[in-house]
Amino acid sequence: MAELSREQESHRMGMHTEQLAGRTQQIFFAPEEAENFASPDAFDVDFNKRSEFDVTEMTQQQVNLKIRELMSQGYGTIVARNPGAKHSLGVGILNRLQLYFEGSLGYFGCGLIDGPNVRISGRVGWSCAENMLSGTVVIEKNAGSTFGAAIRGGDLVCKGDVGARTGIDMKGGTIIVGGRTGAFSGFMMQRGRMVVLGDAGTHLGDSMYDGTIYVGGKIAGLGVDAVEGEMTDLEVQWLERKLAVYGLEAPSGARNMTKIVSGKQLWNYDNLEPAEKKLVL
Amino acid sequence: MCGIAGLIHRGRSGDIGREMTAMLQALKHRGPDSAGFALYGKPDPDHQIMRFKVAEQADLAKGFHIHQQMRDRKATVDARLAELGATVEHEDQATEYAHRYVFGFDGDLKHLVDYLEDIDAVEILSIGHALELVKDLGDAGRVSSQYGLGGFKGTHGIGHTRMATESDVDIRSAHPYWAYPFNDVAVVHNGQLTNYWGSRRALERRGHRFVSDCDSELIAVYVADRIERGDELEAAMKRSIHELDGVFTYLVATSDSLGMAKDVMAAKPMVLYESDEIIALASEEVAIRSVFPHEIDTFDPYEGEVRVWQN
Repeated sequence: MAELSREQESHRMGMHTEQLAGRTQQIFFAPEEAENFASPDAFDVDFNKRSEFDVTEMTQQQVNLKIRELMSQGYGTIVARNPGAKHSLGVGILNRLQLYFEGSLGYFGCGLIDGPNVRISGRVGWSCAENMLSGTVVIEKNAGSTFGAAIRGGDLVCKGDVGARTGIDMKGGTIIVGGRTGAFSGFMMQRGRMVVLGDAGTHLGDSMYDGTIYVGGKIAGLGVDAVEGEMTDLEVQWLERKLAVYGLEAPSGARNMTKIVSGKQLWNYDNLEPAEKKLVL
Repeated sequence: MCGIAGLIHRGRSGDIGREMTAMLQALKHRGPDSAGFALYGKPDPDHQIMRFKVAEQADLAKGFHIHQQMRDRKATVDARLAELGATVEHEDQATEYAHRYVFGFDGDLKHLVDYLEDIDAVEILSIGHALELVKDLGDAGRVSSQYGLGGFKGTHGIGHTRMATESDVDIRSAHPYWAYPFNDVAVVHNGQLTNYWGSRRALERRGHRFVSDCDSELIAVYVADRIERGDELEAAMKRSIHELDGVFTYLVATSDSLGMAKDVMAAKPMVLYESDEIIALASEEVAIRSVFPHEIDTFDPYEGEVRVWQN
């Protein structure tokens, strides 16, 4: 026992079923990975059943309840017109649904969703799709800061520019930015992939644990422990395929994008989770 | 949290009082403690407009002699203005404690302010040829109604709705702050400055005065200090990005300009709408939508960004 390292010992005890370093790549490129699963309590909706309503005179709570009411009636395609940048619209939807916002959303739009496909013709404010679990959210114009904070799955796409701290604390899924992103994007990122076709601000990927960031434009500066990685053929194929889904294209080609990963040199990187440490110490 | 907003018409005047009231009222949820406006009308180079108060709103609820004290303080203001050679041509009184004077004066403005603020409880909210600075407790709708701002015509304005975090809920700590002693310069701020006390002491040693313990006042004094040293507004604001520490987004207005600055981490929000006719900025887009209900393109300025627009 004495000659074993802590990592070796934790492996011998059967505590690891996967290699801890680089697990993002292994998991997210696995073809059998389940995506877009629905809640067991989800409403049975028909995408061919469509309803439209105007948000102008409604409160945010009334809008969200209206969406829920329509889903309970089987509507699978819902169009909300004139959202007027109101906050917290389209949140907490745990259902397959085609949801269209004709206009712009305020803060916290589409947060905590699991399953819907959302399209927003305007702009979104801060913290769009925070904690999103699955589904897609596509924004035609710009987005504010903390775009896709802590998302765990699904595709979050902004075709314009986004603010600072994009994908902060993200734990999975894919964020695509058609334009520029601000400072501290990918801050403390843990898993998932971020694709920025334009320029990235300072401190990109600061303190990222894992995951991958692809940048098509200039990078103002890397954050602590963020390093440049080598682009693989598999990644180029994935980028081209994924961007094509949303009608986007890397300005200089996917192969010429810069790949940023964690250098894994920070003090917290010893390959052992806290509970594991207690056992082997 | 606080909310800030600004709006400037390009090359013309507009309903700036109504527009700023609507924008700030839409931000009420960001801070209901107080609201303030710095509105810019047509400049009158021959006269100064002075807004001042002779008590805090809360003072009215205590003391047997407060009403007489306020009258006495106003009388002392009148006497000292006359002593300094200022000729008051018009007076308004929106509340028992808040006054608006229009007067002619070509002497040392700093000395005038210092001499008036030497009177107990008197605070000069603003002096300028175009600036009208109004702030009080309550939301923007209440303050606008109380001071009759709804019909104000002008070229531009900035405003603030406050959630008190660093200092008291009183008019003294409400925004905007006038950049004493410079005509027509006002500041609103959303954020926290972490080098407030050190920077304040440095500015006090240079002879600047502070009327509150609110960190936002530091920005107004800092900008005034840089202008005094010869900086243009934009240069002063760019310098502030590196010399003020903390998280902040702030707006500055002068007689013909509106500027915005955002800290290097872009930690505080700002949404910007820019067209050939008008520039509108606010902590949230919903405020801009209160003036432009139709679909518009907006965006967030980036970290460390400074922008200045002219009327």
